[in-house]
Amino acid sequence: MPKNVGKSVARVDAFEKATGRAKYMDDLCDRSALIVKILHSTIAHGYVKSVDTAEAETIPGVVKVLTCFDVPDIKFPTAGHPWSMDPHHQDVADRMLLNRHVRYYGDEVAVVIAEDEVAAAQGVRALKVEYEELPFVLDPQKSMEEGVPQIHEDCPHNVLAHTDIRRGDYQKAIQEPGLIRVEGWYDTPTVQHCHIENHGCFAYEEAGRVVVVSSTQIPHIVRRVVGQALGISWGKVRLLKPYIGGGFGNKQDALYEPLCAWCSTQVGGRLVKLECSREETFVSNRVRHAIRTHIISWLRPDGTFVARKFEAFSNQGAYASHGHGVVAKGMGAFPQLYPCDNLECDAYSVFTNTPASGAMRGYGIPQAMFAGESHIDDVCRALNMDPVAFRRKNLMPMGYVDGFSKNELYADTFNQCMNKGMETIDFVRKYKEYQNQTGPVRRGVGVAVFWYNTAVWPIALESSSCRMVLNQDGSLQFQTGETEIGQGCDTAYSQMVADAVGIPFEDVHVISTQDTDITPYGTGAYASRQTYIGGFSIMQTAKALRERILNIAHEQTRMPVSNLDLVDGQIIRISDGRVLKSLGDLAMESLYSMEHSQHITAETTAQIKTNAYSFGCSFAEVEVDIPMCKVKLVNMVNVHDCGTLINPALAEAQVHGGMSMAIGFGLSEQLLFDEKTGKPLNNNLLDYKLSTFLDHPDLQAEFVENAEPTSPYGTKALGEPPACSGAPAIRNAIAQATGVYVRRIPITPHVLYAEFRKAGLIED
Amino acid sequence: MAEKFVKQYKTVHFNLNGNDVERSVDVRASLTDMLRNDFRMTSVKKGCEVGECGACNVLIDGEAFNSCIYLAVWAEGKHIRTLEGLLGPDGEMSDIQQAFIDEAAIQCGFCTPGFILTAVEILETGKEYTDAELRKLLSGHLCRCTGYENILRAVKKTMYKRLGKAMPE
Repeated sequence: MPKNVGKSVARVDAFEKATGRAKYMDDLCDRSALIVKILHSTIAHGYVKSVDTAEAETIPGVVKVLTCFDVPDIKFPTAGHPWSMDPHHQDVADRMLLNRHVRYYGDEVAVVIAEDEVAAAQGVRALKVEYEELPFVLDPQKSMEEGVPQIHEDCPHNVLAHTDIRRGDYQKAIQEPGLIRVEGWYDTPTVQHCHIENHGCFAYEEAGRVVVVSSTQIPHIVRRVVGQALGISWGKVRLLKPYIGGGFGNKQDALYEPLCAWCSTQVGGRLVKLECSREETFVSNRVRHAIRTHIISWLRPDGTFVARKFEAFSNQGAYASHGHGVVAKGMGAFPQLYPCDNLECDAYSVFTNTPASGAMRGYGIPQAMFAGESHIDDVCRALNMDPVAFRRKNLMPMGYVDGFSKNELYADTFNQCMNKGMETIDFVRKYKEYQNQTGPVRRGVGVAVFWYNTAVWPIALESSSCRMVLNQDGSLQFQTGETEIGQGCDTAYSQMVADAVGIPFEDVHVISTQDTDITPYGTGAYASRQTYIGGFSIMQTAKALRERILNIAHEQTRMPVSNLDLVDGQIIRISDGRVLKSLGDLAMESLYSMEHSQHITAETTAQIKTNAYSFGCSFAEVEVDIPMCKVKLVNMVNVHDCGTLINPALAEAQVHGGMSMAIGFGLSEQLLFDEKTGKPLNNNLLDYKLSTFLDHPDLQAEFVENAEPTSPYGTKALGEPPACSGAPAIRNAIAQATGVYVRRIPITPHVLYAEFRKAGLIED
Repeated sequence: MAEKFVKQYKTVHFNLNGNDVERSVDVRASLTDMLRNDFRMTSVKKGCEVGECGACNVLIDGEAFNSCIYLAVWAEGKHIRTLEGLLGPDGEMSDIQQAFIDEAAIQCGFCTPGFILTAVEILETGKEYTDAELRKLLSGHLCRCTGYENILRAVKKTMYKRLGKAMPE
């Protein structure tokens, strides 16, 4: 019986964080650090002809100026993916440390290294750049047209990648007489992660190697990328990851670690620090892919899908980063969520002269769910069907198996989740009550479901390594390459370790910091993989440690191993339940034995060749003030089946955060660019409308716990899923309230004004 | 040519977490810079440095301020409290810190110090606030992890505890 798994224990890092003692990147950096500041391009596309550094170099405190003409001639990839031994599956290497060919407004052109921030900033301002400007393009579909300048030399029509899915015969199937055709184009915006700690890092050389301390989710991967970018062997790089102030996928990329490391090597290995401002974080880190999706569904009047078409145009921005994986994941959900025999699906990732799009919580699924779940309500309107009944009829049924991932839907999850959500929000009553309203202020309720795959197998490697070291008192340290980024995995892991080894929770000490010199290899925090993937290596390493402990117990007590157990930190004789000794006594004797001294450790790697579906739904209730074109979110409920909960309180908290992100995605957040210059218009927290305390109703998180059979702890993804279905649920609620089916987010008053006028709900 | 400039310094005397202190600071430095760099008050976080996110919040004479847009020299004669000052002499946590832990109101922890100090300001008024009022009073802080839900619970719970009243359902 698990003693700790399943309990809402307090976070293991809570005291540190509640007292301000938790050390983040900048808290660890010595105040003697030189400061690196970046000069970003002020054109959206073109070539740097020259950079005049003379004036900057005269500013007191400026130590060195480096430009795009100084960097090594090496292109490197940045995506936080495991390295692939297959060259065709490796990430696209398309950027240099500083770029002569600048591809978006905000690209890196030069750096100033100075003794303090003021001198560095003055140095940057004093640089004079001469550009050769090229035409630029901000929209992915326009970027594919003839005559548009190529953003990357080897990508004709600026298409980074195009993949498709074909099933059955779409063209033939749509010939069936009597079909109802529903078509829509759905747009999602460019948004940013907005973790409260901006990305930053510091670097120095030590013993002929470069050490980087970074606010990253993926220390082992960044170590590799720093090696690649600097053209040095990977063992020459040491990467440390302290506590980080959120990541949400932005820090699942090598951001400025390679540049910072290189800067240190250019000033004799001195300590240099590069911290992004909020304005830089918005533009020159990563953003979420804006995706335009075109869906056509062909249905029989009874609500059966006959054929479906899906096209998605994903705004990749200026660099490949995570590349095509994001829109491909979104497309991958389409045939699985609502199975249909005849499909034509195409996804395009297209370069534009906008900030590079990378990973962001949900990895293409929030975009795909906005399009897909909005479209389902469009279908329900066309067929005059109830949105819940339609979903029950068409959603992936229990027992469904995906041919590629081999994932199986083991339980009647969708119905269970929807039932729970409907009950919580009182959906049936409200849905009926809100039909056919009149008047200026109207209410509506909406539903949307989501599909999310845990971890990345079989697309890429899934492995996790864990090390446990027993102390003299019977407590232990453990570490994994999987990182705590705020989501709470250190706590969940500690609960797992206590149960798997058989020691009290207080005796488990997690080493939160990853140090690539010490921490066993693991790829980091992404793909909602932590509890699922980490669970395998923890279970396996605990088993190895227990085996060692029980063998030593046998040596020390002469009882057969088969009659020994470790329970709650005590060595027990199974046959009579007698406590033979404490684990602490065993460890002391083992370590200091004059006959056979050994320290007790275990370390294993688990490779994971499974994957798990994580599902759930959102219900939203809105009040729409039609003359004001304003939406008030009155109520919101998310229901998740992420398997067995490891820590219910932390799971609930995780869901709240994802719901908040979905609310912003649906109603307020959008990074805007000037059409004339490509310049970002609102790259700060005042003009970019991140949800505040006042923009939320009470958020309700509910769970359905169907233990996931492929996981040793019955768990699966929960990190990203809460962000996936909120926006379409809000959109569908607005549709019920007003009869206006908006097909773009965020649904701001500007958008509603145009839509309400078109629908005749308001006049000038 | 680069402008010639001479750095100017000024000695500032103030009370930091109950202790009288003084420092010579660059007159251009923000209070955030001085607290972080000169006093190593690492609870004072930098999230935007232009007064938008609330991560650098400190209490100045009992009132919450974004220290990033408050000059260090303005601290002259003030009583300044940071999260470090909230712990008791033997390291005991205050009720509001404990409530943040108990209600799972902490995730990445970066906005936490600022939020807790605004909560202190709210709680020290000794007043009872509605949820809507609490939301407004706390709205100067941005958080991307929690959706604010558990932060509200933590503040509300502590408010009722201090008022000696049962928390309404």
